Amino acid sequence: MIKTFDVAAIRKDFPIFETGIAYLDSANTSQRPRQVTGAMLEYFEKFNSNIHRAAYRIAEEATVRYEATREKVRELINASSTKEVIYTRGTTEGINLVAYSWGRKHVKQGDLIVLTIIDHHSNIVPWQILAAEKGATIEYVDIDERGELRQDQFRKLLERSPKLVAFGQVSNALGTINPATEMVAAAKTAGATVLVDGAQGAPHQGVDVRALGCDFYAFSGHKMLGPTGAGILYGRRELLEAMDPFMSGGDMIKTVRVEGTTYHDLPWKFEAGTQAIAEVIGLGAAVDYLTALGMDAVRAHEREITEYAFEALSDIEGLTLYGPPPSRRAGVISFSIEGIHPHDLATIADRDQVCLRAGHHCAMPLMTRLGVAATARASFYVYTQKDEVDRLVGSIKEAQRIFA
Amino acid sequence: MSSTAADDQFYREYILDHYKNPRNFGRLENPDISHEEDNPLCGDVIGMDFRVKDGVIEDIRFHGRGCAISQASASLLTERLKGLRLEDAKKIGKADVLGELGIDISPARIKCALLSLKVLKVGAYGLAGNDEDEE
Repeated sequence: MIKTFDVAAIRKDFPIFETGIAYLDSANTSQRPRQVTGAMLEYFEKFNSNIHRAAYRIAEEATVRYEATREKVRELINASSTKEVIYTRGTTEGINLVAYSWGRKHVKQGDLIVLTIIDHHSNIVPWQILAAEKGATIEYVDIDERGELRQDQFRKLLERSPKLVAFGQVSNALGTINPATEMVAAAKTAGATVLVDGAQGAPHQGVDVRALGCDFYAFSGHKMLGPTGAGILYGRRELLEAMDPFMSGGDMIKTVRVEGTTYHDLPWKFEAGTQAIAEVIGLGAAVDYLTALGMDAVRAHEREITEYAFEALSDIEGLTLYGPPPSRRAGVISFSIEGIHPHDLATIADRDQVCLRAGHHCAMPLMTRLGVAATARASFYVYTQKDEVDRLVGSIKEAQRIFA
Repeated sequence: MSSTAADDQFYREYILDHYKNPRNFGRLENPDISHEEDNPLCGDVIGMDFRVKDGVIEDIRFHGRGCAISQASASLLTERLKGLRLEDAKKIGKADVLGELGIDISPARIKCALLSLKVLKVGAYGLAGNDEDEE
């Protein structure tokens, strides 16, 4: 069911909009509502303490709030158990955890790892390091003219029985929504372990990890209304059980003797050291906020804004849009303007308080594939309104006037 | 809510002129020094070719791609370098380049403005056989 979506009411929860900015960089990091910052502030002011060890009341409160986020996230992504929900600093750490703890154990010389040309550096570099260390090979699935993954080539690569397949649910640079469920099913049939980078998927499309069928799914809290420094790695329990810790030290142990150590149970085995307690509590509040809106409604709103922006930008002369049509993309639009470098456009937009991303979007292999050094990128979220898109169009026209 | 005044101050006419009609743009055949640097933040690239005779920069060309700030900065720098003694060229610093641009450069864009200087420094010092810390 799609609820009615009141953007004006939503924006009232985000004090930053009182500054007058048009914020079109949510794929980079989202804004955070009062509910999130409030939950964090409440921790600092009312029950600031360390979790899992102290016997006094405020520490129990902190522990309960900290662990409550796990169940909220489990429900949001439909994991079977909170044991499968690991706190990380973000997507990058989640992928590195898998590359280190799973990859070092299972990837061997001559193995094949399949990635895609549109992946974020976070889902490329850890695998490159692992492949170099183990003598494994990496192949990249290419895109077609519309910026969509070439499924024929992907199927061909699967015939070579890759050990691992890793790809993003949604491209951060092009907005392409990959057919993740079909791709995971095909990769699993081919015997691969599958990691899905959900950095752009979880906040905007939502995910049901059991329906998706992947082995690992990593995402960041700060792109979904939460604070920086708190993210999630979902992993299938039997895989996580068989993996060694990523980091070691306090909190991830059961017993430590001079002869050796036994590790803590899931999920704490992967959570060494004092955790980002306030951030995890903030992430819980962000999940509450998104759950109250409903992911269907979030998707529908982003679709409406994306269609509106796609239309408005298409009308501008000398503007090139990259990636698929709005029906097949998330709320991300990458583009370039003839004769104007994206950095210059972003500087001019900034003069109008329009926050626009310019650069390679941590997807340099894709930029090389497209034959560009950089693009400008506008991205949207629950609070984006059409007026912000109109302001972007105004800034682009101003830039064209200056550079004419 | 036009911001024309602010933009025109930033994208001054001569900067746009150097961007659209860059001076000394292209390549030299058999240069004595040739060096290229990129800005990893945005993937922009600038390279310079030098012909040096008796310690003097006799001819210079730059190539690459980038924003108005990096291109104008490179164009202005080549104008200044042509005919200069290499030893004197090495003395050119950040303040000189930013002064020549004559606009307020935000921290986010400072690397754009100084990319060509980095090419000069690493290139020129490379020929002299010395290491030079990056800016």
